[in-house]
Amino acid sequence: MAKKNLSKQKKMDTRVNFTPMVDMMMLLITFFMLCTTLAKPQAMQLTMPSNDENVEKEDKSVTKASHTITLYLGADNKIWYIAGLPNYEDPSCVKETTYGAKGIRDVLIKHTTEEGINPVARIMKAKKELDAKKSAYGSTMTDKQYQDKLSELKKGVVNGQKIPTLTVIIRPLDTATYENMIAALDEMLICSIDKYVIDKIGPEDKALIEKAGVK
Amino acid sequence: MAKIKIQKKDIWIDMTPMSDVMTLLLCFFMLTSTFLTPEPIQVTTPSSVSEMKIPESDVLNILVSPEGRIYVGTENKNNMQAMLDAVTDKFGITLTGTQIKHFREDAMIGAPLSKMAEYLSLEPEKMAEAVQKLGIPTDSIDGGKSEFQEWVKAARDANPDIKLCIKCDATTPYKTIKAMMNELQDMNENRYQLITNLKTASEE
Repeated sequence: MAKKNLSKQKKMDTRVNFTPMVDMMMLLITFFMLCTTLAKPQAMQLTMPSNDENVEKEDKSVTKASHTITLYLGADNKIWYIAGLPNYEDPSCVKETTYGAKGIRDVLIKHTTEEGINPVARIMKAKKELDAKKSAYGSTMTDKQYQDKLSELKKGVVNGQKIPTLTVIIRPLDTATYENMIAALDEMLICSIDKYVIDKIGPEDKALIEKAGVK
Repeated sequence: MAKIKIQKKDIWIDMTPMSDVMTLLLCFFMLTSTFLTPEPIQVTTPSSVSEMKIPESDVLNILVSPEGRIYVGTENKNNMQAMLDAVTDKFGITLTGTQIKHFREDAMIGAPLSKMAEYLSLEPEKMAEAVQKLGIPTDSIDGGKSEFQEWVKAARDANPDIKLCIKCDATTPYKTIKAMMNELQDMNENRYQLITNLKTASEE
């Protein structure tokens, strides 16, 4: 009997207690959740015109009246626009609209130039086709090719044909917020408008918008 | 007398699956998140559809609070030191060892030069509180460059490849931004990265 007991190997319990490990994991997760952020902020490239007066005179390019839209960003998330060049005598050329797809984007898309075309609508359509081609199954288009095509498109070359592009002048009033400015720049990005500038409000503009009730 | 014997049960719970899940979660958080950079003030950036990423290095952060207080800072501590040396030399400010140590520990520069020494002598806990009421002035000094321009110039000298990242609160009035951008434009700094949040489809 005693001999039998000796020969029998004692079965060891091989279960490891994981509780301390779980405790530590919990702590680490709490630490990571509190001290880090998941949202990766995005950047938006903005190039402002130079204040250097010598440069400005040489590079001043003139666009046709019907190729221009001026936006005035005012207080309380309001936005006004002038299609074409501002007529400083007639305040009724300043029209009010709203931010977003139904307001300003619609104005930009529906804007018709003197040639009788809607440049923004055509460029946006071409961009959609380009995007579809890029994401199509078995597409061999590289990012570089896509970017080249896109910048060509933004310059107004649609299907090998040159169409005039729209120039947008954004004039935020002092009462506008940073969010309004970003919203306006966003529309430029959505509408694939390449030529836009953030400009100051001159005395003529000031007189005009005051008459039109922009504030 | 029969005694009721309660059987002692083994109450061992197997923690292995829980540990597995925890490890997975931990890995997920470690890989996807980025550390919060300490900022003197909390700002809420507006959202945009832009999908461009912020450059990883060589970034000069310009932070603008809703009240228009301006802070500048860069991740690279050596550049920060070079900026401090350049600006304090120019204005004839001498800082003690502890003050410089405090400066290096601080995330962003946010004190006007006239109060710099006083501010850096404070305890680190009090500094975080005090900086919220300060900010770099943008008024020009005797018709020359403003303090803000001096700091940007020092940053540009310390690292010629530096990119300007502007982070403003969504409610900051355009007036403040115009004034700040005007100062930068005067120095021929015309390219900026505006920091925004990615707009989700539901917000469209």
